Amino acid sequence: MIRLDGVGQVFDGRAGEVRALEEIGLHVQENEFVTLIGRSGCGKSTLLRLIAGLLPPTSGRIEVAGEAVSGPRRDVSFMFQRPALLPWRSVVSNVMLPVEISGGDSERGKAQYRDRAHELLELVGLKGFERRLPHELSGGMQQRVSLCRSLIRRPKVMLMDEPFSALDALTRTELSAELQRIQMELATTIVFVTHSIEEAVVLSDRVVVLTPRPGRLREIVEIDIPRPRSLGQNAHLTEVAQISGHLHGLLSEQERPVDLPEARR
Amino acid sequence: MTTRSWLTHSRTAAVLLPAIGLILALALWWLATIVFSIDSYLLPDPGDVLVTFLDQPGYLLKETGVSLVETLEGFLLAIVVGVPVALLIVRSVIVERLLYPLLLGINAIPKIAIAPLLVVWFGFGQWPKVLMVLLVCFFPIVISTASGMKSTPVELVELLKSLNASKTQEFFKLRLRYAMPQIFTGLKVAISLAVIGSVIAEFVGATSGLGYVITQSGASADTSLAFAAITLLSIMAILLFYALVLLEHLLLPWAQETR
Ligand SMILES: Nc1ncnc2c1ncn2[C@@H]1O[C@H](COP(=O)(O)OP(=O)(O)O)[C@@H](O)[C@H]1O
Ligand SMILES: [Mg+2]
Repeated sequence: MIRLDGVGQVFDGRAGEVRALEEIGLHVQENEFVTLIGRSGCGKSTLLRLIAGLLPPTSGRIEVAGEAVSGPRRDVSFMFQRPALLPWRSVVSNVMLPVEISGGDSERGKAQYRDRAHELLELVGLKGFERRLPHELSGGMQQRVSLCRSLIRRPKVMLMDEPFSALDALTRTELSAELQRIQMELATTIVFVTHSIEEAVVLSDRVVVLTPRPGRLREIVEIDIPRPRSLGQNAHLTEVAQISGHLHGLLSEQERPVDLPEARR
Repeated sequence: MTTRSWLTHSRTAAVLLPAIGLILALALWWLATIVFSIDSYLLPDPGDVLVTFLDQPGYLLKETGVSLVETLEGFLLAIVVGVPVALLIVRSVIVERLLYPLLLGINAIPKIAIAPLLVVWFGFGQWPKVLMVLLVCFFPIVISTASGMKSTPVELVELLKSLNASKTQEFFKLRLRYAMPQIFTGLKVAISLAVIGSVIAEFVGATSGLGYVITQSGASADTSLAFAAITLLSIMAILLFYALVLLEHLLLPWAQETR
């Protein structure tokens, strides 16, 4: 579904060139859940933005659904760390924004999307909140709205940049359970970014560990635990612990003294 | 509900409190004229002013209407000219750098200094007044619109980009909407200045309007009449301001809470 070959990204920063990504090669299968994990500044967001077509890569080639990416695509949706809702729009019309922007739908098509918006909101437990304005909702509810918005056009690929990291622990766990369920139901390919090893282990088929400056692939870890997974009581606690430990090791390896002054910046 | 939260939150209190403020000010004014026994040709008491108004309400209201129309015309013209200028400034750094010092310079000129020139250029009709109002309103409208348009959060811009929105969609569905609360702030500043602008213009070359009434009453030492005109001006300014506040509440219900 997604193919990256020798992808590199160099930014012209104020303090000279920043080599954000180097030689990234990755092949994400259809319906696969891949998580990018790594210290902040190692290029996770940049990689997502490249796949989304928000940024052309300095080198290498990116394909989505067999076509080279040249700009944002209709069948790829992006979800941000913050809900990014338009404050003057009601919940349901925020969810409908992508449909409205791309236009070209018949009245009937639009009505179908509207029904779908209501279904999605119900699916994430926001029935009855359709007419509310974003500021009337909690952070977790806002992020659920944002999730519905990214699902409205039935994307083939969902790119999610730390979507739950601004939420409290309980809401996070709830939302990642919902995301698992939604992915199993809707069959989408997901590339997910997180700082949380737990989240990565619970959600992913594969975890891609990146190292910073320049961002490179460190290791790709397969997670073979049956779904649905949870961090609570389950039959696979030892595997979860083992993989978490391994990921921990990979991530803390990167914490070399030479990196510290820059990291503190 | 505690008294304090009632005073800050209820609608009745929102209307009542400004009224009480005005009444207190009137009472103090009245008290001052009595306590210091000030002659009414120096400072008439509110009663004198009311009597003067009731002597010729038709005339005074007609002059108020003249000033009101000039004020509104200039104000609307300032919006029509100011908003596009702000858009140019937002779109292009070059235009911004070209225009900003010019705008600042024009804004810094004491408007009373241009008033006679406007009369020389445009005669004694409505135009110099409307243009004066335009001049005083222009700057706050441009500045607030431009800074409002620049305040769009990056994640929202990125969102629209990821949805493949056109520039026009980005502008109308996002930037303009997002700027509205700040634009309204500029409009509220501008409308207060607009009233001053029309009066200044009327001081110099007019045959009607409240500014004209004030200069005439000064010439004949009719302080009560001057005060009646000034009071009408204040009332007009207050009503115009609150009309904008009301419009903002109606158009931007979302902006009240997110502020
Ligand atoms: N638009 C940009 N211009 C210059 N440098 C950038 C830009 N975007 C990201 N970078 C740099 O690229 C590196 C990777 O950033 P990012 O992808 O945001 O990392 P992450 O999401 O993993 O924290 C950082 O060093 C960052 O400063
Ligand atoms: Mg990031």
